[in-house]
Amino acid sequence: MDFISPEGLRLDGRRPLELRQLQAEIGVVEKADGSATFEMGNTKVIAVVYGPREVQSRSQQQHDQALVRCEYSMASFSTGDRRRRGKGDRRATELSLVIRQTMEAAILTNLLPRSQIDIFVQVLQADGGTRACCINAATLALADAGIPMRDIVASCAAGYLNSTPILDLNYLEDSGGGPDLTVALFPKLDKVSLLQMDSKIPLDVFEKVMNLASEGAKAVAQFIREKLMENTKQLVLAKGR
Amino acid sequence: MLQSKSFVKKTRHGKVLKVVREHYLRDDIACGTISCTVCDNSKACLSSSSGQIIVFDTNVALHQIGLLENAAVSNVVVLSLVLEEVKNKNIGVYNRLRTICSNPSRNFFVFSNENHRETYIKGLAGESPNDRNDRAIRVASKWYHAHLGPTSKIVLVTDDAENRRRALAEGIVALSVHEYVQTLGNAELLDLIIRTGSEEAQTTGDAEDLRPSKRKVIYPEHKLMSEITSGLHKGIYHQGKLRVNRYNGFEATVSSESIGEEILIQGRMDMNRAFDGDVVAVELLPEDQWQANSLGKIAEDADEDDNEEAVGLVPDVAEAVTDTVAAGRAGRPRGRVIGIIKRNWRQYCGSLDPMLNSGGAGGFVHALFSAADRRIPRIRIQTRQFANLVNKRIIVAVDAWDRTMRYPAGHYVSTIGDIGDRDTESEVILLENDVNNKPFSKQVLDCLPPLPWSLAAEELQNPNRRDLRHIRVFSVDPPGCRDIDDALHCTLRPDGNYEVGVHIADVTNFVLPDTPLDEEASKRGTSVYLVERRIDMLPKPLTEDICSLRADVERLTFSVIWEMTPEAEILSTQFTKAIIKSCAAMSYAEAQARMDDSRLSDPLTVDLRNMNRLAKIMRKRRIDRGALTLASPEVKFEIDSETHDPLDVGMYQIREANQMIEEFMLAANVSVAEKIFGHFSQFSMLRRHPVPTPKMLEPLLLTAAAVAVDLDISSSKALADSLDRAVGGDPYFNKLIRILATRCMTQALYFSSGDLPPPEFHHYGLASPIYTHFTSPIRRYADVVVHRLLAAALGLIKLPAGLRDKALLTTVADNLNYRHRNAQMASRASVELHTLIFFKNRPTDTEARIVRIKSNGLIVFVPKFGIEGPVYLTGKKDTKDESDWIVDEQSQTTVSRDGKYRYKVLDKLVIHIEVVEPQPNRPKLQLTLVEQPNA
Repeated sequence: MDFISPEGLRLDGRRPLELRQLQAEIGVVEKADGSATFEMGNTKVIAVVYGPREVQSRSQQQHDQALVRCEYSMASFSTGDRRRRGKGDRRATELSLVIRQTMEAAILTNLLPRSQIDIFVQVLQADGGTRACCINAATLALADAGIPMRDIVASCAAGYLNSTPILDLNYLEDSGGGPDLTVALFPKLDKVSLLQMDSKIPLDVFEKVMNLASEGAKAVAQFIREKLMENTKQLVLAKGR
Repeated sequence: MLQSKSFVKKTRHGKVLKVVREHYLRDDIACGTISCTVCDNSKACLSSSSGQIIVFDTNVALHQIGLLENAAVSNVVVLSLVLEEVKNKNIGVYNRLRTICSNPSRNFFVFSNENHRETYIKGLAGESPNDRNDRAIRVASKWYHAHLGPTSKIVLVTDDAENRRRALAEGIVALSVHEYVQTLGNAELLDLIIRTGSEEAQTTGDAEDLRPSKRKVIYPEHKLMSEITSGLHKGIYHQGKLRVNRYNGFEATVSSESIGEEILIQGRMDMNRAFDGDVVAVELLPEDQWQANSLGKIAEDADEDDNEEAVGLVPDVAEAVTDTVAAGRAGRPRGRVIGIIKRNWRQYCGSLDPMLNSGGAGGFVHALFSAADRRIPRIRIQTRQFANLVNKRIIVAVDAWDRTMRYPAGHYVSTIGDIGDRDTESEVILLENDVNNKPFSKQVLDCLPPLPWSLAAEELQNPNRRDLRHIRVFSVDPPGCRDIDDALHCTLRPDGNYEVGVHIADVTNFVLPDTPLDEEASKRGTSVYLVERRIDMLPKPLTEDICSLRADVERLTFSVIWEMTPEAEILSTQFTKAIIKSCAAMSYAEAQARMDDSRLSDPLTVDLRNMNRLAKIMRKRRIDRGALTLASPEVKFEIDSETHDPLDVGMYQIREANQMIEEFMLAANVSVAEKIFGHFSQFSMLRRHPVPTPKMLEPLLLTAAAVAVDLDISSSKALADSLDRAVGGDPYFNKLIRILATRCMTQALYFSSGDLPPPEFHHYGLASPIYTHFTSPIRRYADVVVHRLLAAALGLIKLPAGLRDKALLTTVADNLNYRHRNAQMASRASVELHTLIFFKNRPTDTEARIVRIKSNGLIVFVPKFGIEGPVYLTGKKDTKDESDWIVDEQSQTTVSRDGKYRYKVLDKLVIHIEVVEPQPNRPKLQLTLVEQPNA
């Protein structure tokens, strides 16, 4: 299948190196300590953070650092064919683990000993790149909750179709059979915290795709930063009144 | 660049499933006109100053693609909307349209109107998708007009009258295809227009067949697609590819997986407008109508008198099997076509049938077109230039075949040249076999190293390249061979063993992966050898100079070097890139003469003799393993160097020298196959030769039994042995049996090793468990692939991405098989053509052998000229009256009713060969019986 036309346009009209439209909203769940929705095109994720709070089960308490937990789920209305998706299936467990590890690396857990942070991530609408979108949403929610972090985490996916590296795959491109490489990084520290890919590609191609995904993640980071600044300004204004 | 508005497109997909896709609109899409100051015109190709810019709608693209392909049409905007619609409706037309767009000389510009902010429109409430698309096309035309200013001339071409009316109302110039072509002022182009029903009613009054009163339903109706699908599901209908009998256009078979047998379809009615290669749905006829008479006639239908079997070359391998089997077995399932699932229409070469009253000049004439491919029915076309075309070879495309039309309707595409002209006929052969003989494009030629090429100093420094220039290397090839891709050496080592080297031109050193040159070679797949010329796979400088291992020049090679004992046991094998300097480029005859001349004892001759001795041992060992010695009646023409006319024809002589070279090439191929398969078990390009099924060997056994020869087909070894035992009364008998056996073999195939389990790799003919092609990279692309695999296996290069992709390798292998087969067919057709030219002024009496008995005649084979054809026993007109001859199928004999004459398969007889012209300009070869031996 042709994913890129000879005119250089992808199926949805983007060029290979373009992101989808990004949108984010902070503080969407009043009751929670922090919350945010993050949209990359038609992929929409809500992340809700509770904590830092007391550890629920004593045995899990860690005396020198905070306990970070993460639960990923997919709303049954998130895809076209309506079907109930558990949170205990293999994919959900794996994603929960990936998101937890990525966020745990960002949070300064040693500042919050004997406490617990819960991150709930739910996919509201799935159109490819859910992994990256979940991480971005979680970052915003953690920031909203005021949890101390080394740096924000920004994530983006890239792939390789029709011998061209392409950024931010949507569902159609995701199911095109090529590699799907997700990168999450700390933009200020310039360090990678997540790099995931399940297929086999030649090393030189891998490097190109990885670089592209990192560039994408940096652009996402810029967007997240702006959103947080905007949010902070509003908070300052609200407080000043 | 992120300037985008998000839109939502809703499409239905399969069941009731809503698919939401984003659709980004952009403001950076260029208009493609060279003079535009606003847009990025780096890719622009339209000139707005020189004249009008054409925009066309989807139906024009779908129906008039032939017209668009004509060079007269240029300066065209192709809307992405149109491309998308064409792609959904007809992928073949889409590919052709894309080819035009990518040709820079045609000035076709693709405008992504659907992604442009100002030309994208949303469907209105109550507006059908078609109306919406028509409107989008008008909006795009209008945008161009506004964008380029009032001086620009944008013409919308559409055959939809309503669309034209609305366009005019909106101030857009709109023309029908017919009107547009008239503005071009070229009468020939008018023939290219395909008349769709509505257009025809408007423009022509002379369509005599189209008046309702004259419309007679001839063919049964095709079933609806939904009915077919459910019928296939229930098992009432059977799906398969229709294969028309090469010798009889009224008989076809459909091999259906659902019943595991071939379904026979006889007669135009039952074939119900299906073409050869169409995927059809078939319904079985009641069992009592299944064919009971077992021996088919040479030509079936009597109401078309020109459809008898043609004299042709002997088929190489199992092609003829289907029809011999078809004739040989009683009670085969018969069926009729009830629907066509996928058409296989292409453009056909052929000529118009002469007509008595060809009408006035300039007027429309309905003419019948006969394709060169006999499996294709005649095609009815309309033309204004009948008188011009009647003696020409032309190309015609098929448009439609309604129930009311006896023949399919088509239209003229282009003229190749005069009938009977050798160049024209060769061109027809190439076109019919899909051989690309266009000159290489500039991009391809740019990949060549600069000429004159000579060995660069850094190659000598290259640690991976062994310097073998001091070794006495020589090559042996057919006389006049310019593309020498193999050379050999054989030196006696001090320890009494031999070092034998096979040096193959290092083509991959020049043809690098993913270059235009490589792509072109991969598409061509093989060089094609016609009698009088060669169509190269690689450009001439590579084929004849840089890669050709000519004498006394330094050349790069990829070499296989063995250490062999005097008993031809291989002790070690080495693969290396090397530099050689060949000391002699001999022909087979020269090499043979050297070996035979006992006075000569120079080192080169000694090498040759040593090699020949080793080769004989290897050959014997191979035959003991069960390799088949098959025979093919290859003929060789002696061509006049001035006129290129054939002067003489004779069987190709096979000498010991040929067998010697062949033996070492086989050994090199096997060694390389083992090496690459050892490294790349999933991505190796190998060659296999499947074991023939007992069904395929049936005609051979039938013939053998009739002449009391016992053949054992249980294994290739058993077959080889029983073929050796089959000696009849005369020396040619054994060869004849071998020729018949060859014809029952399957075709050897290229494949990717990841696609099949290792036991399937077996090469039946060579009795080798693994085999590939390594030795002719100049003329076969498979060898190029194998060279790359071998280099990667040795760690010299990285395996190119294309070869790491299993699916891609499979498509490459499939293409190579297709090209290889076509190349063989083209060569054969070329020999047939030259046979015809040869016999034109030389009617000859010669000896022939009967190879098959039919109810109204014999199929005979003429060994001297390698031709096969029918000899009619009954008069042509009284084909219905078969009673004169009694055929005994078991013993393959036919006896005349009065017992006077008796013919048995493999009998010798004398026939007369001459060229006759039943119709002017349609020469053909005719065989007649001269001497009739008594029973």
